[in-house]
Order: sequence, then structure tokens, then C-alpha cells
Amino acid sequence: MLSYALRRVLSAIPVALIAVTVCFFVLRLAPGGPFDGERALPEEILNNLREYYHMNEPLVMQYLRYIWGLLQFDLGPSMVIKGFTVSQLLAIGLPFTLMLGFTAFVVATAIGIVAGVIAAVQQNKWPDYVLVLAVMLGVIVPNFLMGALLQLFFGVYLKWFPAGGFVYGSISHLVLPVTVLAWPHAARVSRLMRGSMIEVLGSNYIRTAKSKGIGERLVLARHAMKPAMIPVVSYLGPGLSYLLTGSLVVEQIFGLPGIGKYFVQAALNRDYGLVLGTTVFYILLILVLNLIVDMVYAWLDPRVRYH
Amino acid sequence: MSSITKKDEVMEAYTEALERLDAPKGRSLGQDALRRLIANKAALVSIIVLGVIIVAALIGPHLTPWDVAKVDWGSIRKPPDFAKGHFLGTDQNGRDLLARLFQGTQMSLMVAGVATVVSVVIGITYGAVAGYFGGRIDAMMMRFVDVMYALPYMLFVIILVVVFGRSPILLFVGIGALEWLTMARIVRGQTLTLKEKEFIEAARAGGAKPFTIIMRHIVPNLTGPVVIYATLTVPEIIITESFLSYLGLGVQEPLTSLGTLISNGAAVAEALPWLLISPAIVLVSMLLCLTYIGDGLRDALDPKDR
Amino acid sequence: MKFQTLVKATAIAAAFALGAASMAQAATLHLHNGGDPRSLDPQRVSGNWEDRPVSDYIEGLMTLDAKGGAILGQAASYSVSDDGLVYTFKIRDNAMWSDGEPVVAEDFVLGLQRLEDPKTAAEYAYLQYFIDNAEAINSGEITDLDELGVKAIDDKTVEITLNAPTPYFLQALTHYSAYPVPSHVVAEYGDDWASIDHLVANGPFKPVEWVPGSYIHSVKNDKYYAADTVKLDDVYYYITDDDNAALQRYRAGEIDILSNFASDQYQLLQDQYPGQAHVFPFLGVYYYVINQTKEPFTDVRVRKALSIAINRKVIGPDILGTGELPAYGWVPPGTSNYEGEQYMPAYADETYDERVAEAAKLMEELGYTAENPLTVQLRYNTNENHQRIAVAISAMWEPIHVKVELFNSDVSTHYDALTAGDFEVGRAGWIMDYDDPSNMLDLLKSGTGNNYGRYANAEYDELLAKAANEQDLVKRAGYMHAAEKIAMDEFGVIPIYYYVAKWVISPKVSGFEDNAVDRHLVRYISKSE
Repeated sequence: MLSYALRRVLSAIPVALIAVTVCFFVLRLAPGGPFDGERALPEEILNNLREYYHMNEPLVMQYLRYIWGLLQFDLGPSMVIKGFTVSQLLAIGLPFTLMLGFTAFVVATAIGIVAGVIAAVQQNKWPDYVLVLAVMLGVIVPNFLMGALLQLFFGVYLKWFPAGGFVYGSISHLVLPVTVLAWPHAARVSRLMRGSMIEVLGSNYIRTAKSKGIGERLVLARHAMKPAMIPVVSYLGPGLSYLLTGSLVVEQIFGLPGIGKYFVQAALNRDYGLVLGTTVFYILLILVLNLIVDMVYAWLDPRVRYH
Repeated sequence: MSSITKKDEVMEAYTEALERLDAPKGRSLGQDALRRLIANKAALVSIIVLGVIIVAALIGPHLTPWDVAKVDWGSIRKPPDFAKGHFLGTDQNGRDLLARLFQGTQMSLMVAGVATVVSVVIGITYGAVAGYFGGRIDAMMMRFVDVMYALPYMLFVIILVVVFGRSPILLFVGIGALEWLTMARIVRGQTLTLKEKEFIEAARAGGAKPFTIIMRHIVPNLTGPVVIYATLTVPEIIITESFLSYLGLGVQEPLTSLGTLISNGAAVAEALPWLLISPAIVLVSMLLCLTYIGDGLRDALDPKDR
Repeated sequence: MKFQTLVKATAIAAAFALGAASMAQAATLHLHNGGDPRSLDPQRVSGNWEDRPVSDYIEGLMTLDAKGGAILGQAASYSVSDDGLVYTFKIRDNAMWSDGEPVVAEDFVLGLQRLEDPKTAAEYAYLQYFIDNAEAINSGEITDLDELGVKAIDDKTVEITLNAPTPYFLQALTHYSAYPVPSHVVAEYGDDWASIDHLVANGPFKPVEWVPGSYIHSVKNDKYYAADTVKLDDVYYYITDDDNAALQRYRAGEIDILSNFASDQYQLLQDQYPGQAHVFPFLGVYYYVINQTKEPFTDVRVRKALSIAINRKVIGPDILGTGELPAYGWVPPGTSNYEGEQYMPAYADETYDERVAEAAKLMEELGYTAENPLTVQLRYNTNENHQRIAVAISAMWEPIHVKVELFNSDVSTHYDALTAGDFEVGRAGWIMDYDDPSNMLDLLKSGTGNNYGRYANAEYDELLAKAANEQDLVKRAGYMHAAEKIAMDEFGVIPIYYYVAKWVISPKVSGFEDNAVDRHLVRYISKSE
């Protein structure tokens, strides 16, 4: 198992390298550069800037310089947020992103599973319809609209929760952003759960168990849950990486720190260093998460073996 | 964003079921499946509603009293006014919202269609080639797909926008070109089973070229997966488009899209509510319909029920 | 699996709770500031959202009063030589950094040397090019930084030599590019001195925490020479690009001052929060540049037609909704050192219909008709307001046989195209760095980087050169008025409106004064609970 994990991690390196290479060169195709702003800079100042960031060297040299830095875990400077290096920015944003993402993940997974089971047990009765529609809203209402509306109703009109901002240790500041982030995830988990639970409940061994006179709750808890969880677990990996990479909108609307908006802002500002840094980071994050999920999956379902 | 409609999971489950059954016949959208789809009430209503939206988006622009780009200097940011023919009100430039809504819906459907077609075409070609030739070619091609899966999709979309910002169609061709991975996997799996079948053997013995075999014998058997895939991909692209609009990376004015209308409307939800309500209703009902149709199709085409 | 995740999440949450700073009830100002500052190093920033936190912690020789005028800052007094070229400043005896070190002349010398040092790559190095040898040092012609016209005579005396008498020099010293740096900290940490862990303040507040994407937190600096007049204990500068989200937080009572709001919300603010929205003109122009190296825009008649066919009076009140004043001239009204009558073209008094008829006639003379319109590509950078104005102006140009192709792109692409001359008509804006007309007029000098339209007129350049060497303010203003008239009569650029600043100020806040430079130091602001 350890060698399997090691192999997976090692095989991630060429993937990350290819992605970085593609990103590096494609980004240079985009018009404009990091120093184009509202004001044109005099040529001598542009030269100074290019020199400072080694941008006057041939592209291949810059690429090699970047990769060389990367191999030493140096992601280089940010060309736009000059007060920080890329590594510093990621280090500052990461705890927030992780906290927000994991909180949303736990909340959404729990709600999704419960809602899915209820909907399955009550299949085609009103709780099923209500739940299905409620969770569907999370998927079909664009998250920026959801965020703006929740902020308006619960932050401004009702004043139940803060309308934004971040305060250390404050849970109430997290309620609205976590809701926006978690809703679509809960929706997907509950749909998966509902589907697989219906299937499991219809299978022979559950029918046998029921016919033996075991109570419905016991059947659910003892026999149906574990097999029904398998498709859900296989979704948790992509789901978590989606939560961790998809925090841009909530960060923007609720004024939260985090790495979600770095990438978009950096791409628009042509902050090459930050774009590449975020890309490398996300790729590694996704690969590690997928690895963890695969291992959990194997533990849940002994038929799956490492190969 | 491939997780919006949980497309991957649905498609994987579907093909798994197909493989277990191992029966190439009846996988296409036959009359039988069609009948079952129509029997599904939610799906039927959804098909009708979606049909109405599509027809309205196509012919609506010819019926509105105002043109998409026409500025009515006398009614800037005004609520619905029937006397002037602004049935849904006007935006901050004095342009008629109804006209813009028709055009925006049309644009959203079009970009979604383009991206879906591109991803289906690339997916089928890639998957069929990998599956048909097999061996080392297959291993290499599928390894590449695995690599692509590991990349943060949204990041690439944003880079594409930055590079191709100018043309919405080109942009969505690009997005389609990032979306084909699931399709390729499924087609490859199908091809692997199909190519061992007698009728393919017969065709090959008859001297048919690989391309002909793929086009004649393999692709026609893929109608089911393709239809499901498309109904799941279209809403995803529409959501992606609206997200890009939120970032200010939407289509070029004076044209508009549903995503652009909604992100503009969301900003003034309180001050000018009519700018949000009608586009939001159209978007939500369109996506709801597509989801129900997707569910219905999956049930109707479920090979297990045969 | 789920349990483990839960444990992990709880652990993270607990770690945050432990790190929570205890917040005493104090006079705390919550200010919405805009995007993430790029740095807190005064020589390495260039935007007004960076100016605010920076100017509240570092003070130059001169500083601003609440109305935006230049007053003595770290300098206790100054004297000027008769030719207006040499300024000598005496630094206050009680001026010190927040770590207790005295502020010395060397700190100012080092600040300006860093600005002009090519290695710093300061974007605003050119703002202080009137200092002797500054340009030569910045472009690498002179490598010895000590050649710069800034000298420490003794610990408390700074002498600055200019290459031309510059009437706005004292005002320019209030700009962050001229701020001092703590030379003792720079000696220790180099460029890293301005990181949140190392920086020291000589101004009224000191940044103590910076959470990128969320806020900068500054607390009162007790070592500041006028600390007893500072009424606030600390300030939060909130970071968000989303003005609507910031407005919601203001309405929820979480923010006291918004430094901007979306024009669309003006009506709502007036209805629900009367008197809290402050909209006031400040020194800046929103304009369109016409590429005068491309046919047919080389022809003044085309430029004239395009310009007079714009109905500027509807743009501020109707399209934007915040009442921006129409701009017919180049220098914003209210600019200092500009005695004389404001430029106003004849067409400004004609009715709009007359103007459209005249413009259409001009275009027809050149062979453009409804059947054969002139196609113009109009570029703007992605932004709600720019888009709206572009849409409105394309509708205004339709009757004069101009067909507009809109082209929006992100800021980098947009300005890259403008700089490269790869456009026909493009949107631009200029917010003045100093309250002096030369800052506007220099934009149209031939060969200037920001002269995107490549307007060139030898007479214009000559008038500006004369003005630059003129010590008599009235004569100087005369030259500049003449220059403005030349450029405007030739439609070298199309001014559209004068910028307004848009703030929302809570009734709890006092001491905020609307001013033409739109700079508001927090030291003058107080807040009642």
C-alpha cells in the first residue's frame, strides 16, 4: 500500500510539470503583460521592471529559471502583489481555504447523506419531492446569485448573520459563505445517495433481511448504509477538490481571505508567477485528494485492489 | 466544473451497466426508449417547456418591437411599460430587456450547443481511435486522458478566455475541447467490446478501412450515451458561461447571454429588480428542464430494464 | 473517514479560535478600501487604494490637511532659493519612527534614491523627475545615486534641488512616491523592510496585520508627533473588489465608510440612507482617445464630428446616474495654478440636434452616408460603466453615419493595445497626480507614453516647454491655457466627463471632507458609537 501511494505521488510529478509548461507558454500568448495598467509606464521604467523580474531574458531561459526554482520549492515573486512572494501568498491563503472548504465539506456531506437517505426511504412521496427540489436549487442557481441573495436577505434585511468579513474564531461569519459553498455539494451527494440507496433497498439481501422481520431502521443502519455509501465516497474526492478550488465567488462576495481569487486575479493581471504557483498547487492538491479517496475507497470496498 | 451535473458519475454508471449487459443492440434511442421517456411526466413537461423556450429564443427576436441594441433615450432603467412596448422593462442603457432576453437565451443555447458538439466529436474520435487500435496506442492515449483529468479545469477555461477573449464561439470551441474526457472514456470502452463482435469481424474481413468501420458500425451504436452526455453537458456549459460572465469575461456587447444578464441583474437585485427576475426565471427553468430530461433519458435508456 | 475529517476541521477551527485577538471596545474605523494593495512600500505602489493605508502610516515632508491641501508634515519649516530651484527643509525635532528611532534627513534621501534607483523598478519614478538628475538616474545614464538632487545637510536638514521651478513641488511632496523610508530598518532587511513584520511608521497609524483578500489592520502610533490630535484607536481597511458586496456590509452596519459604490445604487442610497452618499468632483477626466496615426482619424473633421456628436449631458445624469459633469475641455475645473477662464468650445452652447446635423454634414463631406458608414472599432476595458458609456456613444454616433464595433478586453490587454497604437478609438481616464494643470496637459505632449492617440503639435509642445520654465504663475497659466485651446480645437482627444468621487459615509463618522484631490487622511476622522 505504501509503495502504491509512493508510486501515485511520483507519477504526479510529470503531470504537474506538463501542466506548468503548458500554462507557462500559453499565458505568454495572451496579449498584455503584468505591467500594463491604467497608465502607460515610460520605457526606462518598463525596462527596470523587466530586468527586475528577469523578463528581458529569452522565454526559454525564463522557463528554465522557473522550473529550477520550482525544483527548490521556490515559486518566485508575485509581479502584481509585490508585498509577498507566491509561496507566502499561498501560505497565508491556504489555512482559510482549507478551513472553509473542509467545513463546507463536512456539513454538506452530512446533510447530503441524510437528505439522500430520507428521500430514498420516502421515494416518490412529498418529503422526497421537497428535498429533491431544495437541493436542486443549489445546483441550478448560479452561486454568485445565491451568494448575493443570501447576503441581502440574511445579512442586510434580517441581520441574522454578518454580511461579510472574517473574524478569527467567529462561527457566525462562516454561516453564509459555507452555505453558498456547501449547497451544490450537498445536492450532488444527496442525489447520489438517493439513487444508490434506492438500488440497495431493492436488492435481494435487503428484502431477505426485511422478510426476516428486522425493523426498517435496523436494516438501514446495519445492512444498507455501507454498500450504499460506495458511490458517494467515490464522489467525495472530486467533490472536495471542487470545494477547495471553487471558493472564488464566496471569497469575493463575503470578503474572505483565501487562494480562490488569486488565480483569477492573477490571470487577468498577467501575474505569471502567481498563476503558475496556484496551478502547481491545485494540481498537487487534487492529486493528493484523489489518492486519499482511492485508499478510503479500497478500504470500504475490499474488491478494489491496488494495481 | 464537470461536477455540476455529476456527469462523470452518471455516465460511468450508465456504461458500466451497458458493459455488464454486453448487448450492442437496442442501445440507440429506439422507439421503445422514446415511449418510456414520454411516459415519464416530469420529462415530458420538461421537454415541452424547453421546446417553448428554444422556439421563443429563435423567433422571439423577430417579434419584439425593439431591437437588441436599440437605445430608447426616453426610458433608461425603467420598469415594464406596456404602452412603449418594453414588456419586461429596460436596462441602464435604455435597451429593451425582452429583446435582450431572447437574444441572450439564443446565445447561451448556441454556446452550449457548440461546446457540446465539439466535445462529443473530439470524444468520439479520440475514444474510438484508442479503443479500435488498442495496445500501446490505447495505453498512451488513455494515460493522456488521465493527465487531463488531474488538471484544474476552471483554471484552463480562464486562461482560454484571457487568450481568446474576443470571440465567444472560439471560446466555447475551446471549452468544448476541454470537456471531452468523459466522452472519450466511454466511447473507448464501447469500442473495445464492440470490435470483438462478429459483425465488425465481418466488415473487416470484407476489407473495410478502420475509419469506415468506426463511422459505420461503432458510432451508430453510441446514440444512447451521446444523448445522455449532451443533456448533461449543456447545463454545465450554461453555468460555466454565467460564471465567466460574473468574472466579467462574458460575450461581447451589444450581444448578451443569459449569464451576462443574470450577473448584471444580481448586482441591482434591489434597485432594478426586473433586470434580474425574468432572466433568472428563464435560466432556472431551462436548467431544471434539462436535468429532468437527463434523468428521464437515463431511465428510458437504462439497459438493465430491457 | 468522515470522523477523521471532522476531527481535522475542528482542529483547524480551534487553532483559529486560539489565535483570536481580544478586541477591546475602542474607536475603530471600518473603511472599505478596494482591491488588495500590491505592497505597503511607498516607492512600490501606484494606486489610490494603496495610497490610503500607506499615507496613514508614512508621512512625507509635507502632508495633507482635511481639504487635501499641502501642509507641513515631518518638516517643521522650509525655505526656497530665489530662483525657485533649491528647497531646504528642517525636520521636526519630535519626529520619530514607531520603534523610537528619530526621523533623520537620510530617511528622505534614501526614499527618493530608492524611487529613482532602476533596481527598485518603481512605477512612479517619473512623478519626481523634476528633481535634479532623477530621470538620468532612473534610466541608468547616471549610476551614482548620490548624484540625485536630494542631500542630507545634517541629521535634521534636507536639501532638494530641482531642474526647473515647479510651482506644485510642495504638493508633489505629499505624494507617496516622495515619502521617507526608515533607513535603519532598510539597512537591516533591504526591500523586505515594508513587510508587515518589519515596517515602522512615522505617521499616525501603524499597520499590524495584513490578511490578503480580507483586510489591513492599523493601530494608532503613539510616537506620532501629533498623536494627541488623532481620535481613532485603530482602522480596518477592508479589501474587496466587489462594491456591491461592500455596500451590503455597510448596510449591515459592519463598515463605516465606503470609498466607492456602484452608480446603480445611488438612487437606493438616496432613498434609504439620505445624506450618506457623498458624490463630489475631483481632479480627473474620463476620455476617449482617437488614434491619429490611422486613416481617416488623421482628418480633424472626423475627430470633430465624433466629438460634437456626443451628448455629454445625458451621460452623467442618465447613463451613469451619478451626475458626472460633462467635459468639453481638458483641465478639470477647480485645478490650482490655472488662473483664467475655463476652456469652453462654441459647440457646447448649441443644441444637440444642431450638433448632430453639423457632424453628419462633416461626415457626408468625407463621403460617409447611411449606406456607406464609417466603421469604427471602439475599445474599452471590461467594466460596467465603460460598457454603458460605449453603448450609449455608439448609439449617438449612429445618426452621423458611424457604425461602431465594440471591443472589450481586460485591463492588461486594453492598455497594451492603446500603448502599441493598435486601436481606432479607445477609452481612457486620467486621475491627476498633483493639483496642477501640467499634469493633464503633459499627456498630450508629442512622444509621451500616455499620449495614446499620438496627438502631435509643435506649437503645443513649445507652449508647455515655456510654461515649465516660467516662474510667474499668471504667465505660466496663460501659456497653458493657450496650449489647451490648441489641443481641444484640433480635437486631439475627446474628453467626456470629469470624474466624481463616490463615497458613503456613516452618520457616526465626522471629519471627512469632500475634496478635489480625493485624498482623505484618517487622522482627521473621528467616530462616535
